[in-house]
Amino acid sequence: MKGKERSDDFATRRERLATLSEPELEARFWELADRLTEPLAELARTHTTPAIERSVLLRMGFSSMEAKGIVEHCVAAGLMGKGAGHVTLRLARRWNAPLREAGLRLARGEGWDEAATEFAAVH
Amino acid sequence: MKPDKKMDIEAILADLESYRPKRRGWLWRSGRDTRRTVGPFDYTDCSDPLRRSVPLPAAAAYFAGIDPQPNATITTEIASGRFEDDIRRMRMAAWHGADHIMVIRTAGQSHMDGLIEGTPQGVGGVPITRKQIRAQRKALDLIEDEVGRPINYHSYVSGVAGPEIAVLFAEEGVNGAHQDPQYNVLYRNVNMVRSFVDAAEAKRIMAWAGIVQIDGAHNANATARQAWKVMPELMVQHAINCAFSVKAGMPKDRICLSTVPPTAPPAPRMRLDLPYAVALRELFRDFKMRAQQNTKYMTSSTREATVTHTLDLLISALTSADIQSTITPDEGRNVPWHIYNMEGVDTARQALCGLDGIKELVALRRHEPPMADAVRELKERAVLFMEEMIEAGGYFAAVERGMFVDSGRYPERQGDGIVRQANGGVGAGAVFARDPDYLAPVTAHFGFNNTAAYGPEAERNPASLVDGCTLENPDKIVYVDELDPEDNVTRRLEETAELRDGSRVKPEMEWAGDGWVQTILFLPVADRLARAAALEIGARMGLRDVEVIHAEPLHPAEGTRVEIKGRFDAALVLSELSVPPEPDLLDEDEIRAAVKRRPIRIVAATVGEDEHSVGLREIIDIKHGGVEGFGIECHCLGTSVPLEKLVDAAVEYDADAVLASMIISHDDIHYRNMRRLHELAVEKGVRQRLAIVCGGSQVSPEIAARQGVDAGFGRGTKGRHVASFLVRKLCG
Repeated sequence: MKGKERSDDFATRRERLATLSEPELEARFWELADRLTEPLAELARTHTTPAIERSVLLRMGFSSMEAKGIVEHCVAAGLMGKGAGHVTLRLARRWNAPLREAGLRLARGEGWDEAATEFAAVH
Repeated sequence: MKPDKKMDIEAILADLESYRPKRRGWLWRSGRDTRRTVGPFDYTDCSDPLRRSVPLPAAAAYFAGIDPQPNATITTEIASGRFEDDIRRMRMAAWHGADHIMVIRTAGQSHMDGLIEGTPQGVGGVPITRKQIRAQRKALDLIEDEVGRPINYHSYVSGVAGPEIAVLFAEEGVNGAHQDPQYNVLYRNVNMVRSFVDAAEAKRIMAWAGIVQIDGAHNANATARQAWKVMPELMVQHAINCAFSVKAGMPKDRICLSTVPPTAPPAPRMRLDLPYAVALRELFRDFKMRAQQNTKYMTSSTREATVTHTLDLLISALTSADIQSTITPDEGRNVPWHIYNMEGVDTARQALCGLDGIKELVALRRHEPPMADAVRELKERAVLFMEEMIEAGGYFAAVERGMFVDSGRYPERQGDGIVRQANGGVGAGAVFARDPDYLAPVTAHFGFNNTAAYGPEAERNPASLVDGCTLENPDKIVYVDELDPEDNVTRRLEETAELRDGSRVKPEMEWAGDGWVQTILFLPVADRLARAAALEIGARMGLRDVEVIHAEPLHPAEGTRVEIKGRFDAALVLSELSVPPEPDLLDEDEIRAAVKRRPIRIVAATVGEDEHSVGLREIIDIKHGGVEGFGIECHCLGTSVPLEKLVDAAVEYDADAVLASMIISHDDIHYRNMRRLHELAVEKGVRQRLAIVCGGSQVSPEIAARQGVDAGFGRGTKGRHVASFLVRKLCG
């Protein structure tokens, strides 16, 4: 795909900037950078991804392969919105099992129906 | 670890499962910006010296081995594909003044959805794994004690596994990392929504670990067709990553702009690149500058690259650089070799020392044309770029329109920008909205986290829900050793065992035992013939896999410079080598005492049509530690003295020895003069009682002896060498 060509119309475009002092111009630069990145940051605050959830599970003491297994099943179970670490924590409590043991069961694909029940009960 | 012993790679690899890094977070050089004296000189822009180092060649030869260390952290990129061989290169680089070691990842790692484990061999880089990082960090922990300066270890937090790699780096004491979601989007075609969502988490983790971040804007410079036109966009890319990083919780002084002077000679690069460097440092004054060297216009000429890189360093010195990165001058011809990492680091160290204090002497004419106009214009073009992005509907819409990496100088557009779709790319569709009861029970998590549901302790410390996570309690880390029984470091080390036990040696450029050697030839024929001839010569020299790595016409008809590489396949047995003994020098007081007992008289001259007198004075003069200082009586006849006159003078003075200096060596005139000197002494019947000593920068002691003289002395000879010889010969 190809974008549009355009000749250098800097001289006309810059007219509205011509009166700005140097500090004002720099302030404008940072104001625009802030406006462009705020929606991106908001998206990040309110969303998660398989990589983020795997990083949570790594921090909870799972290996990269274990984390990968848990997250794949979590996606399939439609529970990513809860957080894969969260699912693991809640099932460990439900099963009264150590966290790692619960996670290894989930990584093997066990207990996901129960996970769905566990979280359905909350809402 | 001992300075005169090679690193024990097997010992580094032992017990890795229980190794913990010494520290977290980035460290700048200490003692920066203090006026200091090193040797005979005052410096204003230097930091604390190293405990151990290899000084620059001129420092070793002429400046008593001083090794002033510039303020800037100096980077070298070491990633040959075999991390175990890279460890040795890292140690050498640290001794040359590098304190930021960057490891490039193996091709394709950015598209790996998850971490790699074990130690497979890489292509164009190293597979970044826990074992590999832990081994290299462990080695660097030893190396930094050896050189007496912290070493920052660095790799990449990008691709579709960014947050996990950030956790890995935080756990393993990695100190610096590239992180820039725009890099994923533009150059790795990773889905843009996924890239930014992942990036915020990764940056939050990096911030927790005190990791310094470097952005990816320099790639736009390397990708653009005409790099000098992309400057307004570079500023925009820096701004987006900086502003986004701050929102993710990164302190500004941990955020570095990766900035490259965009052009290279023959372009008038100061006119183009210096105003850009100034504008950038003004707009981003709260952030740090990682000054990279130009790769865009590199060829296979290492000489040309070195000049371009030296001019890059001039721009750093005239503006600022917190981190001075280096590009190896061979990057235009192969994956960097050991020797060229050292050259790159040395070029930075040499240039920055030479430029020390330049800002006290030279001021930029910032507020006069053309600088004032150029700086203003760049800032305005960048502002206009972002205004159009807002009009387009924001960042994603702007990328969909191909606004980035267009080769037109904004607002000019060539219509050749990189176009990506918000719903396309690797990892598309893998972004999930967090529910109101979303939870991540760990430290350093970014964004919404419903910890409140679990009480105030969980709100204050989410990881308390799991009794602390790996960031607080590294014992929870699950260490994976190897997954592949064949493709791993143990297997590779078995193949090169005999090269590490001190019994054999083989040349190497990248990996132990690779055998690579490089040869430079001049061939008096035109390019294509010269290349063919060079390959044949390499083969007849006994080299395998011969390749031309550089060719450059000296004249279209008169000839071509060709550089070839090839493999030398034999490993030499060290015990079979004949190594000439170190010169056995007499103690200075011993020499003086011997000369007192048995006085020595000599006549000395530079002989033939040779006006060079410096070398002879070094050997004779008492001020330079010459033989006079030991009480030897010297009669110096001067320069361009005929050989016969020297022998006659020896007879006249009743001298014990003649010292003949022979600097000119064209067509072996120096060796012919030695033979003639010997013959003249024989003809005049004085050879038996006259010692003949010849010296010069191109003199080989062995070849001199074959001309019939008593001794020959080459480069690096001091008066004490000659005096030791005379005392042994005459007073023995």
